Amino acid sequence: MNGYIKPVLVLGAFAGIIYYAVTTYTHEQAAAGGHGTARYENLKFPFQNIFGTYDRAALQRGYQVYQEVCAACHGLNLVAYRNLTEIGFTADQVKAVAAQYQVPGGPDANGDLTERPALPSDRFKSPYPNAEAAKAANGGAVPPDLSLITKARAGGADYIYALLTGYEEPPADATPPSPTLNYNPHFQKGPWIAMPPPLAEGSVTYADNTSATIPQMSYDVASFLNWAAEPELETRHRTGLKAILFLLVLTGIMYAAKRKLWVKVHNPQD
Amino acid sequence: MSKPFRNPIIRWIDHRLPAFSFVRDQLEGYPAPRNLNYWWNYGFLSMVMLMIMILTGIILATHYTAHESLAFLSVERIMRDVNWGWLVRYIHSNGASMFFIVVYIHIFRGLYYGSYKAPRELLWILGVVIYLLMMATAFLGYALPWGQMSYWGVTVITNLFGAIPFVGEDLVIWLRGDYSVGNITLVRFFALHYLLPFVIFAVVFLHLWALRRFGSNNPLGIDAKGPKDKIPFHPYYTMKDIYSLGWFFIFYAVFVFFAPNLLGHPDNYVPADRLVTPPHIVPEWYFLPFYAILRSIPSELGGVLAMFGAVAILFFLPWLDRSPVRSARFRPVYQWFFWVLLGDCIVLGIVGAYPPVDPFVTIGQLATAYYFAHFLIILPALSVLEQPLPLPTSIYQPVLPKGRERFAEEGSLTQRETVQDAVQTKSH
Repeated sequence: MNGYIKPVLVLGAFAGIIYYAVTTYTHEQAAAGGHGTARYENLKFPFQNIFGTYDRAALQRGYQVYQEVCAACHGLNLVAYRNLTEIGFTADQVKAVAAQYQVPGGPDANGDLTERPALPSDRFKSPYPNAEAAKAANGGAVPPDLSLITKARAGGADYIYALLTGYEEPPADATPPSPTLNYNPHFQKGPWIAMPPPLAEGSVTYADNTSATIPQMSYDVASFLNWAAEPELETRHRTGLKAILFLLVLTGIMYAAKRKLWVKVHNPQD
Repeated sequence: MSKPFRNPIIRWIDHRLPAFSFVRDQLEGYPAPRNLNYWWNYGFLSMVMLMIMILTGIILATHYTAHESLAFLSVERIMRDVNWGWLVRYIHSNGASMFFIVVYIHIFRGLYYGSYKAPRELLWILGVVIYLLMMATAFLGYALPWGQMSYWGVTVITNLFGAIPFVGEDLVIWLRGDYSVGNITLVRFFALHYLLPFVIFAVVFLHLWALRRFGSNNPLGIDAKGPKDKIPFHPYYTMKDIYSLGWFFIFYAVFVFFAPNLLGHPDNYVPADRLVTPPHIVPEWYFLPFYAILRSIPSELGGVLAMFGAVAILFFLPWLDRSPVRSARFRPVYQWFFWVLLGDCIVLGIVGAYPPVDPFVTIGQLATAYYFAHFLIILPALSVLEQPLPLPTSIYQPVLPKGRERFAEEGSLTQRETVQDAVQTKSH
């Protein structure tokens, strides 16, 4: 035990210094306000624990929210229509969904550009053809593509939920840098965000008759967006569990073999 | 000589190309000290990581496109559409972190037990060369997904070379291949990232060749003199290495399967945009101490020199620390400074993660000053001033039940206590 005194004392002292520095900094940041310092609870989405899976019903509701509300401004250009079979659509339903959209086809015999209905193999069509069109339609701000949004923001699905449910009246003394901005203390880049509150009670009529409150829609669309960013999550968790169980047994066997082999080395007889 | 191989095909090949004899000789004909502890497993783990990184890297390279409009999309295609692509990608990205973890432990083992001292100075220097090559490889590789952190990290680090007087600005353009970081930079970074691991492989071969010359150091730091001090590497240390690999893979698997993006930065999932600078540009965690040192010095050139100096100083370690005693087990004062150095490096890492504001600025400057003081002032001073504990007479003696009593007769009370401590505190 006395061999551990030196490292424990020294590293403990350093841990104290680090703790002091980090808490001082965090308090200063919170006091300055803004920049997404508002605390939000960790909702514990079902897919967030190590045995977690996606709730297919929530994913389908979330897809409906995306399609009816968010898709007006936000693309999902890394997800293909065929991926929708993973959240419970049949192949025919997917074909029908895709066919609603027109995407660029090849040039025709005269060299003119054509359009064709989308196929399941096509990626989701973005609402704007390019960033300039997106900016022009949204007061200079580009609505980000949502394919990776839960991986591209600290806090993931919890952040998306907090953002969507977090719009408030600004405090009396707060002035927006520009009059079209909206107040949301959860927004990571400061309390003023260009996106107006996208959800209102009953914005969407759910196919399964769940009541469409703002928290419900936010939860569903955050789940859906997490799936869009991490479609491999369930396989990843399942494979990981199998891998770690296998490794535990294997390591146990290796340990036994090592100990048996080393018996004479640890107990020399002369 | 060792007995002939049983398999006639192997005998036929080995007679004409003695590869099998070579491997058998390296493993069975290589005596290692009998008292190595688990801190000696990390060299093997490092080699395993190098092989995993090369294997997964080549698989990724068969699906990756090194062009600024396609790089990010090709990585996402690997994640979504390539069978088990997400697994290969996460093994590779988390593998970089695992590689640095095992190498850092391997380095600190060397610092504690004096493995850098004569006659192993060149072994140590080759190790520092491998570390530098790893840092270069990791930096080049991080650029490849072409996310925001990739692009801006490359911009910041290539900008630093502009601080070099006279040649700086031209050097930056030459490195990037263009006036600003762009497609040309990405393409050449991919080529170099593919090349360097094979250079690392060659230097690892030299590192092992140098190790073979005098054999491994050991926790007591004294030379292995007689045959009783040693045991054959195979099967004892091969079995121990494979056992430790099990625990290591479990640790690795937790990250790959359950927290694959914990060690990364969310901004790298945003495609690179030269018009939008992220609020905080930070490198991956294994570079954070150097980032803190860079930002601690107010002058740009000074910061660059300090950052490179922090690695370069390791080359001179065998000549800065001249104490004739190798292992910290017998250097009680040095032990304190070892732990302070480790704590200092961790503090530097945390400072590097935060923006350069108080209290991190002051703490970072103090930690940087201490880091250099450790190597330039404290180690040379200890070489002269420290009173080490008496060393045991051999590696084999402390292991014997009779050996301990023999010490009581021959040596002083202090000596017996020391040897008892050396035997009983197995974790050192």
